[in-house]
Amino acid sequence: MDPEERPCADTWTKSSSGSESLQTRPTNTSFNDFNTQQTFSFNNPFGAQISVTSNLNNQKQMSDPQESNNTQDWDPRAMLNNLSFLEKKIHQLQDLVHVIVRRRGQNTGQADEILVQQQQLMTADLTSIIVQLISTAGSLLPSVKQTLCPESSISQQFGVTNQTAGVSDNVVFQHNNSVNKLEDPSDMTGFFGAEQNCPIEDHEMKSDDDADEGENLPPGSYEILQLEKEEILAPHTHFCMICGKGFKRDANLRMHMRGHGDEYKTPAALTKPHKESSSEPILIKRYSCPYIGCKRNKDHKKFQPLKTILCVKNHYKRTHCDKTYTCSRCNTKKFSVIADLKTHEKHCGRDKWLCSCGTTFSRKDKLFGHIALFQGHTPAIPVEESKGSAGPSNKVEQLEFKYKSDAPSGSSCRNVMDLEGSGEDPISYFSPLNFETSGIDGFQEFPRPPFEDSESSFSFLLSGSCDYPPKNGRYTGSNDME
Amino acid sequence: MKKQLVPESSSSRFDLLSEEIVFIILDFLNENPLDKKSFSRVSRSFYAIESRHRKFLKPLRSEHLTKILNRYRFVSTLDLSMCPRITDASLGVISGRCKEMLRSINLSRSKFFSHVGLTNLVMNCGNLVEIDLSNATELKDSAAAAIAGAKNLERLCLARCKSITDIGIGCIAVGCRKLRLLSLKWCLGVADLGVGLIAVKCKEIRSLDLSYLPITSKSLSQILQLQQLEDLVLEGCFGIDDDSLAALKLGCKSLQTLDMSSCQNVSHVGLSSLNSLAECLQQLNLSYGSRVDRALADSLQNLSMLHSVKLDGCQVTCSGLKAIGNWCVSLKELSLSKCMGVTDEGLSSVVTKHKDMKQLDITCCRKITHLSLANITNSCTSLVSLKMESCTSVSAEAFVLIGQRCQFLEELDVTDNEIDDDAGITDSSILAIACGCPGLEMINIAYCEFISDRSLKSLSKCSKLNTLESRGCPLITSSGLAAIAVGCKQLFKLDIKKCRNVDDAGMIPLAHFSQNLKQINLSYSSVTDVGLLSLASISCLQSITILHLEGLTPSGLVAALLACGGLIKVKLHASFKSLLPPLLFEHLDARGCTFQWRAKTFQAELDPKCWKLQLADAE
Repeated sequence: MDPEERPCADTWTKSSSGSESLQTRPTNTSFNDFNTQQTFSFNNPFGAQISVTSNLNNQKQMSDPQESNNTQDWDPRAMLNNLSFLEKKIHQLQDLVHVIVRRRGQNTGQADEILVQQQQLMTADLTSIIVQLISTAGSLLPSVKQTLCPESSISQQFGVTNQTAGVSDNVVFQHNNSVNKLEDPSDMTGFFGAEQNCPIEDHEMKSDDDADEGENLPPGSYEILQLEKEEILAPHTHFCMICGKGFKRDANLRMHMRGHGDEYKTPAALTKPHKESSSEPILIKRYSCPYIGCKRNKDHKKFQPLKTILCVKNHYKRTHCDKTYTCSRCNTKKFSVIADLKTHEKHCGRDKWLCSCGTTFSRKDKLFGHIALFQGHTPAIPVEESKGSAGPSNKVEQLEFKYKSDAPSGSSCRNVMDLEGSGEDPISYFSPLNFETSGIDGFQEFPRPPFEDSESSFSFLLSGSCDYPPKNGRYTGSNDME
Repeated sequence: MKKQLVPESSSSRFDLLSEEIVFIILDFLNENPLDKKSFSRVSRSFYAIESRHRKFLKPLRSEHLTKILNRYRFVSTLDLSMCPRITDASLGVISGRCKEMLRSINLSRSKFFSHVGLTNLVMNCGNLVEIDLSNATELKDSAAAAIAGAKNLERLCLARCKSITDIGIGCIAVGCRKLRLLSLKWCLGVADLGVGLIAVKCKEIRSLDLSYLPITSKSLSQILQLQQLEDLVLEGCFGIDDDSLAALKLGCKSLQTLDMSSCQNVSHVGLSSLNSLAECLQQLNLSYGSRVDRALADSLQNLSMLHSVKLDGCQVTCSGLKAIGNWCVSLKELSLSKCMGVTDEGLSSVVTKHKDMKQLDITCCRKITHLSLANITNSCTSLVSLKMESCTSVSAEAFVLIGQRCQFLEELDVTDNEIDDDAGITDSSILAIACGCPGLEMINIAYCEFISDRSLKSLSKCSKLNTLESRGCPLITSSGLAAIAVGCKQLFKLDIKKCRNVDDAGMIPLAHFSQNLKQINLSYSSVTDVGLLSLASISCLQSITILHLEGLTPSGLVAALLACGGLIKVKLHASFKSLLPPLLFEHLDARGCTFQWRAKTFQAELDPKCWKLQLADAE
């Protein structure tokens, strides 16, 4: 996935996969050899509960779909997650208020602008908390859940399925006019107007084409799609019917469409196209790599399908394309996926444990394991030390310094610059939807890739409001589901 | 002495002897270091022979290094522990002169060289087998990497090299595959990873000192798989617990010495794992550890090779001591220093069974009486070392028994043994000891207030005496000291603090006869400038403590300090700091001499009873 798409993609792919499985769940029953399953429930901030089924191979499959539905309705674990999330949220809000109180004490002649921004932030946070609370409570009551059900489609409008135009033909736009005032996107913009500088995180999706090794779908139980090389490498997959401008995701396209006339500004037109959740079983879609002889190619003896379009793209670029992006720091490492480069750049130079053979390690124990294994290899003394200037402790200081210089100005600016340089429509970037996802905290619900470094790049945000909790360990495993 | 034996005229007769025979004669001249010096002064040829013969060199000053290395070309062992100012340049000189001859070098107590000098040394002296780098606190991993170039290295001591980390140890582990002895004591930068790699790479290791390292069972289990390991020191390793010792059950059938003192997290449960070492373990140190009771003593009773046990500072029960007495092995060494709970009953049951006891330490066992001492002297007749400082309940007559029965005694510490003002060690006790134990090398009679010159005169018959501590014996005078100086030529440590009646008259014979004196404490005595200045003629004098000498003037002190060229440590009262010229400090510092300043006010004479009573209360 391209980094420009990252901010929302993380949440959206999740919700989209959720919606996918909403539809695919009934099909599970048709495959009785689908032996083990585990059920996860995610509450998204808008009150809809989306159950994601995934075959993590450790729970007996429920034979009766209805029964399984009932058991999925209320997951105490999800409830606990929700509650702890809410608790965290309230604490963050408290911190923010503390800051405001302190600032008032110090400086009475404060700029009104900041005050307004802070108030907006608080309102947004409070709203999110209330919504979350209602949804949490709602998940307990079957009756409430039923009434909330239509809203789930509203929430889906913010999620975008990853289907490319060329592949998914059965996209159905669901027109839902019962949009709650609270969830009106234009309203939300007001709340988040203050956060023009929201950082856009590069999310690691490396696991995409590696992590599904465990998947063990029986051949024939899924539909195999194969994209052509040109389709895979195309920078845009969504094109404007009027001016022909290309976009990477349909949400951005819809935002763009607003400029072409009022008819594109209706909530219905802005709604995420939602697949009709028909009762007829839909075949699971899996993807094949067009490269002949690749293990991911459907003609391979031990064919292992790719799960999503994104996986196809990353896999194809990583495996069958030239590595064109070179790390500007070390000038040795090359990558074909720009996100991989960015990940590497975060760690480049931090591999301070060096072996005499030239291999570097980020962890000391890995270096010692390497040395214990190979004859004649020996730990290399860092250059600074042999000059007598510094020991290892000094190195740490340097790193910290680098960190600091990175965090406040660097990352935010760089992200914006990247975006402009990439030719992506900046409007989509500043659209309320985007800010919503990065500003509102609901998406903490969703799994975060374990390798991202949220603290460093978010540290410059107003205190508390947008803080991620440091890594959610309990979610890291579930990230592989898509 | 030698001068008389070998008159000038007979040198021609010695020319008939082949060099090998003279070498063998020289081999026997090692009792007094000055003997060889005299030998070399006899003639030119003797001088040449002596310089070819000498293999071991322990210079006192580093500035003459070039000269002496030119003279002694076949030196293989170089002990520079007396030279605190070894620099990269000195190491350059050594590596340039000694080349492949050098096998062992001791650089402990010096921190003025760097990895550059070490690289030079290791490059030029390819046959180096032993390096001692203790206390080189400034050395970094780069120095360790330099040492790793010494492929033949077998013994390496890095005690207190605090700046060396796992990385440096990793280099050494990979480079010095023949290592047999390694001391990493106080190398606080080294942890599981470095130690683990040593265990993986250096399979020849026999002796390993890991004291005070933050290691855990992770690396201990690897260490215990070393097939050759004989000596393991784990003093103060707080990361080691009962579970860690379970690894003993797996391997290590060669361990002979195990030191687990101050390992607070080890109890008798973990020690029961030692049973797997029953066939090999000979020495065990469990000082400052868990309580020595019946359970602990029983868990060790199967160690059939055990002959030395140290239990210093442990809480000891009577039943525990009785269980030790019932061990089938015969202990040669037992240390119960500062153990709470040692009674006559318990100690007697131990010493009556273990008759081969050679070393016994019962320091501060305040409850034992003459009964114990009678049992000790009665059954342990081959006792070599007896330390019984502050055994305050033992009566004076009991000490006579030591002189009567322990004729092999070499070390005796009877510091501060007195019950009341009218009892305790007297001259007659010392007289008996001096007569009965001719081999006595070390005696400590500090704070035995009733000892007078008569004792010293009798002790002067013990010609091997090298350490005399008679601190706080007010009856001792200069004449007693003179007798010691004349009789005990080996004397290298003398403590006459608070001997108020010792004055300059005692210093002059000392300066004349005790040419081996290295360490002296003159505080609170009546010595003046004259006495101190006369001591300057003792060339190997290294450490002096001169607090509260009433007759000492700044100018006299300056003269004495300048005259004593070999000094490396001076303890002085802080009031002198401002009285001495700053240039003097610079000069002495350049020579490698350090000052320790004390600001304690003069104490007339504290009643020793009062703190003794406090201690008794605390017990």
